[in-house]
Amino acid sequence: MAEREAAPQAAELPLAEVTARKRSRLSAVWIIPIIAALLGGWIAVQKLLAEGPTIEISFASADGLEAGKTTVKYNGVDVGRIESLRVAPDRQRILASVQMTPAARDWLVDGTAFWVVSARIAAGGVSGLGTLLSGSYIGMQIGTGSERVRSFTALAVPPVVAANAPGRYFRLTAANLGSLGFGTPIYFRRLQVGQVASYQLNDDGRGLTIRVFINAPYDRYVKNETRFWQASGLDVSLNANGLEVRTESLTSILIGGLAFDTPADNADAEPAAADTAFELFGDQVAAMKAPERGSIHYVLHFDESVRGLAVGAPMTFLGMPIGEVVSVRLVADRRKKDVSVRARVLVAAYPQRFIDVLADPQVLTGGSKALTPAVRHALMDGLVARGLRAQLQPGSLLTGQLYVALTYVPQAPKAKIDWHSDPPVFPSVKGSFTDIEARLTNILAKIEGMPFEAIGRDLQQSLATLAKTLQDVDALVKRWDGELTPELTSTIAETRRTLVAAERTFAGAGKAVAPDSQLMSELQATVVEVKRAAQSIRVLADYLERHPEALLRGKSEETQE
Amino acid sequence: MSTAGFVSARSLGLAGCEACGLVVRLPAAGGVDHCPRCGERLHSRRPASIERSWALAITALVLYVPANLLPVMTTNTPLGAVSDTIMQGVVELWSPTSWPLAIVVFVASVTIPLGKLIALAYLLLTVQRGSVRSNGQRVRLYRLLKFIGRWSMLDVFVDTFVVALIQLRPLMWVEPGAGVIFFAGVVVVTMLAVNSFDPRLIWDLPQQERHGDG
Repeated sequence: MAEREAAPQAAELPLAEVTARKRSRLSAVWIIPIIAALLGGWIAVQKLLAEGPTIEISFASADGLEAGKTTVKYNGVDVGRIESLRVAPDRQRILASVQMTPAARDWLVDGTAFWVVSARIAAGGVSGLGTLLSGSYIGMQIGTGSERVRSFTALAVPPVVAANAPGRYFRLTAANLGSLGFGTPIYFRRLQVGQVASYQLNDDGRGLTIRVFINAPYDRYVKNETRFWQASGLDVSLNANGLEVRTESLTSILIGGLAFDTPADNADAEPAAADTAFELFGDQVAAMKAPERGSIHYVLHFDESVRGLAVGAPMTFLGMPIGEVVSVRLVADRRKKDVSVRARVLVAAYPQRFIDVLADPQVLTGGSKALTPAVRHALMDGLVARGLRAQLQPGSLLTGQLYVALTYVPQAPKAKIDWHSDPPVFPSVKGSFTDIEARLTNILAKIEGMPFEAIGRDLQQSLATLAKTLQDVDALVKRWDGELTPELTSTIAETRRTLVAAERTFAGAGKAVAPDSQLMSELQATVVEVKRAAQSIRVLADYLERHPEALLRGKSEETQE
Repeated sequence: MSTAGFVSARSLGLAGCEACGLVVRLPAAGGVDHCPRCGERLHSRRPASIERSWALAITALVLYVPANLLPVMTTNTPLGAVSDTIMQGVVELWSPTSWPLAIVVFVASVTIPLGKLIALAYLLLTVQRGSVRSNGQRVRLYRLLKFIGRWSMLDVFVDTFVVALIQLRPLMWVEPGAGVIFFAGVVVVTMLAVNSFDPRLIWDLPQQERHGDG
């Protein structure tokens, strides 16, 4: 202010105009903090309401978990976060305090499961790769229980099947795990329809219980009669049927698998209820031949060798397997008075299959599908009366495996099933193969009965005699050489002289008789004959001179003219 | 600094019109005074100054709670979303390389707003108690409050910049949190509270007649 006025007297200054005070003493400005407080309070309430329950999850290890960072996800949505991690008082496990969202309040019930999700590379596939970058998180699966729970124990491995996946669980009992694992696929007609959810060793340690999950559209193909078997890898077997190689699919060769099917004769059975227990068989053959129920045992007695008859060997009826050998052992035969032992073969027959093979069961059993013992007995008696017998037959000549065959033997002696003994005794006859064996044995016995020793002795004697004879002959020939031959020569000379003389005589006589007279001609012929004989004697003498052994051996080939 | 020898307009019964500058005498009678020339309301001290200051300061304090508890920024990456409150941001910045930044953020976001409220409360309390000591220092404190007020918005600015710039969807993007609104509210309300405070009250004596140091 450059031009400052001189300060006026106070009285000269204008007086302010006064109006009545309208407002109350309390300033409206206080509304602002009240609004702010209300706003803050509302937010705090919101925050509190947004805060879900705090639960405690027990982990075997906190590996990959981080307080304040690791989240709990349900199907990929964050539903909680780890607040803190601490070691349990017993120092065995890690307790994680997890702050859940309010939406998760109703999910924290009995059966809800938690597990750590991290990258997992298995033969069956790769999962959780995202966690390589973002770190592990806790997966959650909502249980079906109704009781609210605040502390959980995390699963060691993630559940294979989503909790709400449509389908059903079944239980399989197995002797061993084979090459199964979590998530092992289950095939139905080579189509993957489910997987192994979990497995557990039985309390007695004598087997395993495997829980499998079959997805919804396919679970109805699991019937009460369904058989499950291990389709793991390659199944190579050498049995009475020869060499067999089985496989389910290429994947199952690599990672193993299970398969199931319902035998064709039970295809119209009712679908099995959830959690039905089935037996897990080693392979398809075992699965399809073993019965679910109703196997009937029979005893077969064989007097022949049962070598090659293994437990589990099939029993066939007209080539169809209808049972198997349960046990083979020796028993004393009580029928005979003297002590004798025979083989007792216990077989399990599956009459249901037997009936279905034979004919329509309703025809055979008189309209009722149920096979009552009385009906069965009558049926079996009828078959035996027609000549049905059990027989051991070679399954493979190569391996010497035997199997039990039920065949019609036309000339079989009459027999009946002994229903009184337990198990009933089914009549049996000698097998054709063992027949051949018996005959062969017979031949061998005869050969054995031949007096080879005596023959040998005689032969030796003969040979000795022969040697002696030869020596004698040798001496004889030598004597001939020395004595006989000069005499013979002089004899021949004399004979010649005689002949010459005779010729002269005859010539004289000839003169006497006419040359063409009968006497003359006869005489001439006689003379020719005598000449020829003399010639032969000379040839013989010559030959013997050269080959004295010809006296014994005869004329040799080369010297024959 | 002493008040001895100084006369205030109020002690003379005078007031200046804040609209037209006319100096008028205030009648002793109660009621609302108006400028005879322009009709503006006249008051020798801002009406209900202390009351308003208190109200606004308390508002700021109330707002300060959610401002610090709620996240101011949510960083989204493909690996997940991370929400940070102011203090978490400071903690995260506290590293061997960026500790100065952590200090700047801490000072601008925590120390200054809180310091301002404490300082204002101190001024209001001393005025209400009629203290006449260290008036000069209190005035300087008041000037400091007025000057520093706008700088508290630093955090809000940084937040808005970051949110506006980092929008690299779907790789990375940043979303503002509710906390930043409350924080802005704290800063604005604190500035209003400081503005409502009438510094002349510092110099007013407990009794109008009183002269000299107490």
